[in-house]
Amino acid sequence: MNGAATATAMRTMTYREAVREAIRDALTRDERVFLMGEDVGHYGGCFAVTKGLLEEFGEERIRDTPLSESAFVGAGIGAAMAGMRPIVEIMTVNFSLLALDQIVNNAATILHMSGGQFNVPLVIRMTTGGGKQLAAQHSHSLEGWYAHIPGIKILTPATLEDARGMLWTALQDPDPVLIFENTLLYNMEGELPDDADAVDIDKARVRREGEHVSLITYGGSLFKTLEAARVLAEEGVEAEVVDLRTLRPLDNATILASVSRTRRAVVVDEGWRSGSISAEISARIMENAFWNLDAPVERVCSAEVPMPYARHLEQAALPQVDTIVAAARRTLGRAGGPDVDER
Amino acid sequence: MALACVQEGVPAFGSESDLPPREHALELLRQMLRIRRFEEKCAELYAAEKIRGFLHLYIGEEAVATGAISVLGPEDAVVATYREHGHALVRGVSAEALMAEMYGKVQGCCRGRGGSMHIFDAKTRVYGGNAIVGGGIPLAVGLSLADKMRGEPRVTACFFGEGAVAEGDFHESLNLAALWKLPILFCCENNLYAMGTALARSESETDLVLKAASYEIPAWPVDGMDVVAVERATRRAADAVRAGAGPYYLEYRTYRFRAHSMFDPELYRSKAEVEEWKKRDPIALFAARLRAARMLDDADLSTLEANVREEVERAVAFAESGTLEPVEDLARFVYSEVPA
Repeated sequence: MNGAATATAMRTMTYREAVREAIRDALTRDERVFLMGEDVGHYGGCFAVTKGLLEEFGEERIRDTPLSESAFVGAGIGAAMAGMRPIVEIMTVNFSLLALDQIVNNAATILHMSGGQFNVPLVIRMTTGGGKQLAAQHSHSLEGWYAHIPGIKILTPATLEDARGMLWTALQDPDPVLIFENTLLYNMEGELPDDADAVDIDKARVRREGEHVSLITYGGSLFKTLEAARVLAEEGVEAEVVDLRTLRPLDNATILASVSRTRRAVVVDEGWRSGSISAEISARIMENAFWNLDAPVERVCSAEVPMPYARHLEQAALPQVDTIVAAARRTLGRAGGPDVDER
Repeated sequence: MALACVQEGVPAFGSESDLPPREHALELLRQMLRIRRFEEKCAELYAAEKIRGFLHLYIGEEAVATGAISVLGPEDAVVATYREHGHALVRGVSAEALMAEMYGKVQGCCRGRGGSMHIFDAKTRVYGGNAIVGGGIPLAVGLSLADKMRGEPRVTACFFGEGAVAEGDFHESLNLAALWKLPILFCCENNLYAMGTALARSESETDLVLKAASYEIPAWPVDGMDVVAVERATRRAADAVRAGAGPYYLEYRTYRFRAHSMFDPELYRSKAEVEEWKKRDPIALFAARLRAARMLDDADLSTLEANVREEVERAVAFAESGTLEPVEDLARFVYSEVPA
C-alpha cells in the first residue's frame, strides 16, 4: 500500500474508534447509508461505538429504534431491498435471536427464492463473545452458528485494520453481511495509518508465520492465539497463526495451504465445540488435506455450558492461552500438560 | 386517540358503496373472476399432481385483493402472504408466469424456486409472498422507510391475515411505523381462522381495529365481501398515506370458502357456516348488483367468463410447455452474481 518513500502517518486509536470511524466514513461517502438500532443515537451506543454520530448526522440517519429486534432488522431488509444501504446494529448476538426469523427466513432466502430478482444489501453489526462476566444471556459466540446459513456472509474483524476496513466493503456487497465485533476488543489500542481504507472480506490472513503447527482462529481469540504462539516459540515451536476474518465463505485455500505446510492444525473457536465452525474447519482439513497431516486436528473451544457469571468459571469455560498451547503440543506429540479442554 | 372508526362525523368505511362507472365495475368483476377461475384450475392441477407443495386458495376473499390493489399505482409496493395468487394476478403478474411458477418451471416468475407461497415480481413491485406468518410485515415497514427517507410519494400495501395479529412482528411493526410516520397501509385480511384456529380462540380482544388504534394508527373495518367498499376504503386510506399522514390500517372482514390448504379436512368449522358465508360470495353479490343496475347482462358475463377461461387455459399451456431449470443452476442466486 505505502512504499518506503511515502511512509504514512500512523495514529493510535481503539478498536471502538476504528469501528466508529468506519461508520462515519460510510455515512459521509454514501447518502443511502443510515444506522439504526437500540440506543445508537441519544445514548451513544451500548458500547459507546456510535457516540457523537447523532450530533453529526442527525436523527434521520442515526435512528434509535424501539426494543423490537425483529421489526428493525426486517425494516433493514426492506429498506435494503428498496435501494438503501442500512447498517443495523444489534446490541449483542444473544439479542439477535429475537430477529432470527428475519435474518434466516428473509434476508438469507429472498434472492434465491425470488429467482434472483431481489437482493438484500444489508449490513448487520453486533457484539459477540464472553469475558465480561455478563453471564449466559449476553456472552455467547454464535457467529459460527450463523455461518451455517447460505445466503449471508459472516465477518469477524479482529484487528483495527479490519474493524476500520471491513464495513465499507460489506456495504458494497449486494447481499446481507453480518459483522461480529468481540466485546473484549473495543478497548484494544493499536495503530492505524491515516489513510486506512477498505479491506477485502473474503480472505483469511496469516498473522504470524511458522512451520510447525497451524493455529486457526478468528475474532477475540486471535490475540490469545498469538500469545500462545509466543509461548510455544520459547519452546522452539514455531506456530503459524491464521486469522480467518470471514467465517462464511471460509477461505479454504489459505487454511489448506497453511496446514499442508505445517502438517498440524489446532482450531481455536470461542463457540461451543458440537456442530461448530471449528468442526467445519476440521472436516474440511480432513476432506482436503488428510494425507498431509502428521497428527489429528485439535480443537480448543468453549466448554459446553451456558456462560457462567463468576469470573473463575467464565474463564474456565473460554479458550485460554494455556489450553491452546497444550493442544498445539499434543499435535507435536509433546507432553501437553493437563488436557483441560473437554473432549 | 386514533380510534377514527367511532369518531363522530367520520363516516365508517364500507357503509357506503355506490357503484363505480360501468367500465371500471366490469374490470373489478373481471379481476375477481380471474382469481376464482385461476384458483379453481389450481385445485384441479393439484389433484392431478401438476402442482405440489402447499397450495392455499383465496377463493371467497377475491374482493379484498381486487379492490385494494386496484387503487395502487405502479410505483407502489405490495407485500403479501402465502395466500397471494390473487394479489399477484391483480397486481399484474401474468397468469402464465404464476402458473409456471406453481409448476416449478424456470419460466415461472421466480424460476420455480418459490412456488405458490413465495411469489415475487420485481417489475410490479411484489415483494413476496411470505410463508412465515407476520414475516412480511417488518420488511414492508422497511420498504416504506426507504420511501420516507427519499421523499418518494409511494405507498406500501402490506397484506397479512388476522392470524398474524398474534405475532410479535405485527405489534413491533405497527409501533415502528406509527412512531416514524411511515407511508404504509396495513391490510388485515380477517377470514376468521388462523389455519384452523378461530379468532375467538386465539385473541383475547377480537376487535382487530382496536389493536391498530392502540398504536395511534387510524383504523377502520371494511366489508371484505364488497369489492366496492374495499376499493373505496382503500383509496381513501392510500391517499392519506401518500399525502404523508403516516400509516393507516384497514381490517377487511372476509371468509375463506375453501380449506386452509389442500390437506385440511376442515374439522374446525361447520358446513352450515361455510354455506352461510357463501351467500355473500363477493363475485355473485357484485354481479347481481351490476345486473340490477343494468350494467351487466348474460352476454357480458359470458364474454368475461370466456376471456378468463381462455387466459387460464393459456397459463396452463404455458406452464405445461415450460422447461425445468437446469440442476447445474441450483446454487445460482444464493449470492448475487456480480459482473466481473
